Amino acid sequence: MAIARVHLDASKCVTSGQCVLTAPEVFDQREEDGVGMVLTDTPAPELLDRVREAAAGCPAAAIRLLHQPSARVAGG
Amino acid sequence: MSQLSSELPAFPMAKAKGCPLDPPPEYARLRADRPVAKARLWDGKEVWLITGYDEIRSIFTDPRISVDNTQPGYPWLSEQARTVVLTGGVKPVGRMDPPEHTAMRRMLGQGFLVKKIQNMRGDVEALVNGLIDDILAGPRPADLVTALGMPVPSTALGWVLGVPPADKRLISLVPRLFDEDSGLEGAMEARAELFAYIDELITHRESEPGDDIISHLVGYYQKGELSRNSVLTQAVTLIAAALDTTRSMITNGILALLQHPEQAAALIEDPDLVPAAVEELLRYTVVTEFSSKRVAAEDIEIAGETIKAGDGIICLISAGNRDEKVFTDPDTLDVRRDARQHLGFGAGIHTCIGKQLARMELEVVYGTLFRRIPGLRLAVPFDQLVFRNTFDVQGVRELPVTW
Ligand code: HEM
Ligand code: SF4
Repeated sequence: MAIARVHLDASKCVTSGQCVLTAPEVFDQREEDGVGMVLTDTPAPELLDRVREAAAGCPAAAIRLLHQPSARVAGG
Repeated sequence: MSQLSSELPAFPMAKAKGCPLDPPPEYARLRADRPVAKARLWDGKEVWLITGYDEIRSIFTDPRISVDNTQPGYPWLSEQARTVVLTGGVKPVGRMDPPEHTAMRRMLGQGFLVKKIQNMRGDVEALVNGLIDDILAGPRPADLVTALGMPVPSTALGWVLGVPPADKRLISLVPRLFDEDSGLEGAMEARAELFAYIDELITHRESEPGDDIISHLVGYYQKGELSRNSVLTQAVTLIAAALDTTRSMITNGILALLQHPEQAAALIEDPDLVPAAVEELLRYTVVTEFSSKRVAAEDIEIAGETIKAGDGIICLISAGNRDEKVFTDPDTLDVRRDARQHLGFGAGIHTCIGKQLARMELEVVYGTLFRRIPGLRLAVPFDQLVFRNTFDVQGVRELPVTW
């Protein structure tokens, strides 16, 4: 099964807080400047839909969900 | 397809008779035929009007698009706007491009932390309940612009900015800043008073910092990362961007609900609908029709047109919010629909910095008012209401209600 990793590019973030509102289990904001941060970069599968929603909703397009194959994919 | 420059439509466009808050009917025609179209401004300059939802989103998120209003192609809607806005010479956050913009959003970010805004909710509820107590105890009719529209946003903004609670000067400056009655001279006078007032707050926070936006900005100034003049400009911008918009949205939303009593009844019956109703009202009654002006930094191909580097652009949020490709039956107000993808707070990196705060205020006001005064109704016929459209924000001047 593929493992999904959440990546947040802090250099793009415009501190909107959208990700925290969408998936508070996965995202938070730095206290000192409101920049988004990832609390757990391999969230539970049931949270992935909301992580995708957060990625799509990020006004700075700073969030990506990367799929990393955990094992060799059958058939290459 | 190209438009002959002699036949370009004039912008702004006329509204239909009926509700002055509805977008001009021409927007729907443009959206269908030419979602990216040229028009002519008061000064003879050409401007691109963007009326399609997808096209607006694409402009809002395109890094080749700038918000720099010192570019010659930037679309001004009047000489007065150009004069007032360009006075001072320090860029407010809304007119910065990255990387300057990203850095500025960060300096402001601490004041708008989601947690912080959520923690203010109880205080906003107490504020709104107190104001409704006053309305119920006072004479009928009551004007909801003065009774709710002004005090709610200015008090809440005072909290995040760090205005001492007993200080009512901010509240008293708002009407003079934004109302047509004060004229250009009165507005400039109020503006000067506002600058002097914020200057005083900055001086106060230099020696007594708190956990508020002005104190945080002062901290960056003391570290040498921001000029004192920029602290002043950013604070004044927040006031200008927050108060008139939220005041108008509070009262336009109430008005829309009064005009659609079955929708107001749905909110009383099911308070869980309130957050969705806020999104739908932001979609349906756009207060910042002309807020989103841009200028192209490079040539851009969009919807079969070429926007040339240097061309001015206006993204018409009220047109995008009525795009039938995105919202079924877009001209119907329906508090039960999922309207969250509306453009009422813009989109992309310049998305409204105060939207969490504004949303919370709107939720508390709409959710409390109709529950506490279920018999609320307009005290004058709809066609006697007077509307204003100053500084790019449109709303009702007075909202007389009775119950
Ligand atoms: C219902 C109320 C409000 C509405 C409808 C509204 C609407 C908007 C819109 C449409 C934009 C984007 C403009 C563009 O695309 O160029 C914007 C930006 C902005 N708003 Fe709001 N706003 C509201 C309340 C507030 C509040 C309460 C604050 C501050 C406390 C605020 C501060 C700002 C600032 C600073 C920007 C510029 C952001 C940037 O360029 O990065 N607004 N607002
Ligand atoms: S949604 Fe995007 S811009 Fe907003 S705080 Fe999260 S990462 Fe930053």
